[in-house]
Amino acid sequence: MNLGISFTAVILLILIALGGVAGIEAYSLFGIIIPYAAFIAFLAGVTYRIILWAKSPVPFRIPTTCGQQKSLPWIESNPLESPHNTPGVIGRMVLEVLFFRSLFRNSKVELREGKPIYGGAKWLWLAGLAFHWSFLIIVFRHLRFFFEPVPGCVNLLATLDGLFELGVPTLFLTDALFLVSVTYLFLRRLAIPCLRYISLPADYFPLLLILAIGLSGFLMRHVYKVDLYKVKELALGWVRFQPQIPEGIGWIFYLHLFLVSVLLAYFPMSKLVHMGGVFLSPTRNLANDNRMRRHVNPWNYPVKVHTYEEYEDEFRDKMKAAGIPVERE
Amino acid sequence: MSLAKLPKPEELSKVSLQPPAKGWMENPAEFKPGTWCYSAAPKNLKALGLPNPREWKPSDADWKLPENWREIILQGMKERLERFRSFRLFMDICVRCGACADKCHFYIGSGDPKNMPVLRAELLRSVYRRYFTRSGRLLGKMAGARDLTVDVLKEWFYYFYQCTECRRCSVFCPFGIDQAEITMMGRELLNLVGCNINWVLEPAANCFRTGNHLGIQPHGMKDMLDFIAQDVEDRVGVHIEVPLNRKGAEILFVTPSADFFADPGTFTCMGYLMLFHEIGLDYTWSTYASEGGNFGLFTSHEMMKRLNAKIYAEAKRLGVKWILGGECGHMWRVLHQYMDTLNGPADFLDEPISPLTRTRFENAKSTRMVHIAEFTADLVRHGKLKLDSSRNDHLRVTFHDSCNPARAMGLLEEPRYVIRNVCNHFYEMPEETIREKTFCCGGGAGLATDENLEMRLRGGLPRAMAVKQVKEKHGVNRLACICAIDRATLPPLMEYWVPGVEVTGVHELVGNALVMKGEKKRETDLRGEPLPAREESKNV
Repeated sequence: MNLGISFTAVILLILIALGGVAGIEAYSLFGIIIPYAAFIAFLAGVTYRIILWAKSPVPFRIPTTCGQQKSLPWIESNPLESPHNTPGVIGRMVLEVLFFRSLFRNSKVELREGKPIYGGAKWLWLAGLAFHWSFLIIVFRHLRFFFEPVPGCVNLLATLDGLFELGVPTLFLTDALFLVSVTYLFLRRLAIPCLRYISLPADYFPLLLILAIGLSGFLMRHVYKVDLYKVKELALGWVRFQPQIPEGIGWIFYLHLFLVSVLLAYFPMSKLVHMGGVFLSPTRNLANDNRMRRHVNPWNYPVKVHTYEEYEDEFRDKMKAAGIPVERE
Repeated sequence: MSLAKLPKPEELSKVSLQPPAKGWMENPAEFKPGTWCYSAAPKNLKALGLPNPREWKPSDADWKLPENWREIILQGMKERLERFRSFRLFMDICVRCGACADKCHFYIGSGDPKNMPVLRAELLRSVYRRYFTRSGRLLGKMAGARDLTVDVLKEWFYYFYQCTECRRCSVFCPFGIDQAEITMMGRELLNLVGCNINWVLEPAANCFRTGNHLGIQPHGMKDMLDFIAQDVEDRVGVHIEVPLNRKGAEILFVTPSADFFADPGTFTCMGYLMLFHEIGLDYTWSTYASEGGNFGLFTSHEMMKRLNAKIYAEAKRLGVKWILGGECGHMWRVLHQYMDTLNGPADFLDEPISPLTRTRFENAKSTRMVHIAEFTADLVRHGKLKLDSSRNDHLRVTFHDSCNPARAMGLLEEPRYVIRNVCNHFYEMPEETIREKTFCCGGGAGLATDENLEMRLRGGLPRAMAVKQVKEKHGVNRLACICAIDRATLPPLMEYWVPGVEVTGVHELVGNALVMKGEKKRETDLRGEPLPAREESKNV
């Protein structure tokens, strides 16, 4: 059912875009108003979310240590898995953010005759890494629509990405990786029973939406080709705040654009905010220097304790009888 | 519940990891005997000033909640979302990738899908979405949100007291989401309406009044320690004085009260006493701060602070220079990650320096409390101890990393270094089950009570099977650990799954090997079990 809801939602979105452009020809709505609104929603939403996170303090220093602490000088500590200073924390975060270090540890348990057997399970890590990196590179490549002239680094990346020169226009490596990895992540959710069990519409929907974005982009580049100069004209119009709709960009472009707009607007209120959240995670971004440097809790308040005086008052006679020293005879 | 009443291990280990057909929101928690803990007695709630003390049972239909329980919980959630970034973040950023799912010992041992950390967190997250996010308010179930009902509250109770806060899942989570943190929040919320368990609150109430979880009064503690010292004298031939509440000592020693209360902890305690006597340590025990453990950690941050306050207060009263802590798991979570923040700064103490080696414990220069494994490893390294490791030759030892020292401290090598120096036969368990990937004993976070035995044995299955593997491969007969809860929960776990393996603290092994001045010829180990005959030449 959760899958059904998400699938229907994505189909509905596609129909809206097709109906809106090919049907009632509301180009300004789909080419200008919705993209702007979506972009504003994205910026405002993400800012709001980050402010909300940042407003809650970090009362305790609670890193999860995944390696040897720094203690005695002759015991080799693990500066990345159990960092004791800021460079170590930065290193740990770099590994997490760029290479998904923790996910790389993933293993798979099977019970054979009541015994857990631990097997490797690197596919999730590999697909996750492929998906996120190719997504990033694809977004970066799209910058060529927003700059005139196109920055050198964008061109260079596109050249590298299309190195194999398969077909005309060149098949981008990242496009292929992207589609394969999203498909894997989607099928994995369906195929693994316990994953299907935990999956919400909010898990299927973004995957299907992103898949639809990727497919529409792929079709636009390789099948239903559109005039890229006109697309760039439109994009530059947005950037210069003088948006106007060039004649004759194909419907597939507006479909692609609409789905991207939905993704942007949906982003801040969904699990996709994990992108920003990973930087703030207190089990990862704090040093394991707890006993070296005091961490201050901004809301630390006094509590009711049982004082030594109260304790001795209750047990004084027994303590004296047992020869335990007391404060007051 | 006793081991005898339980199904046979072959039966209990038949676990299916296949989820049921019905969705999890439609499956309320079922309180099966052997899988939950008794509710806290009203006297314990009253002793601690906690809300809603009453007689009730988790298996009752009516939990006698306060009339406005829902408002209390939601208000409590709001406050905690504003106070803990961890909580707010962990509610928002999970992508349900499932990496944590089969990392939980309770999931592996029970197959209950709500024991997948991700789903245990969703129990709370679904309510968060319903009341604290716009999409949840508008879209309800479609956004993974649900109303807070009595059934949901019962489900929280069942599953948040089926998590040992071991943090293994957080090692694997790509965002570092820590189920322990979520369980802690869940338990704090449950405590607001008086839903708590006796095995946590009775120790907490005891600790508040008498200074230790077991409710041992000062004269009782003296008797126990003297009794243990007498055992040392009988077996080793060395008379040991146990200093109590001694002002002006250099070091205050704090350990879990279980170490002087019951076997096999008492053997570890013998090891401590022997070590301190042999090196002539100027130290003292305290009857007021007679507990290293802190069951406040399993109740609320506030309770943790209330119980922890004694340690610094007593160190100040006695005028010691620094504090040494014994072998315990969750105790060290609190001491390492919370104490300084909660009750510090400890500016009335000195930066810890070992009086024997003059080693400065730089890693403890602010909190000013040193782990005994660090302390002893340093002594061994500097050759300050005369050790005859062959006295442990009858033992084939493996080491169980306790969850908290491993995943909240990174204390991995110190105990291993000590073990390697006092034992000749040491074997590691499989890599997936040790160090930061270590598995819980199944009874942490206050769940080590006997009515919960089936769940403990299930949760302990991954640990037990790893021990079984080294038993079969290397003939391991001794499971070493540095945790008082382990010493209480691992023995029945071994008896059930891996008979023939006994449990030991690391300092018991140290005590066995320690050659003391004026000792008699050792004929037994600290347990009074005869040492195997040896060639004279080795007997140095």
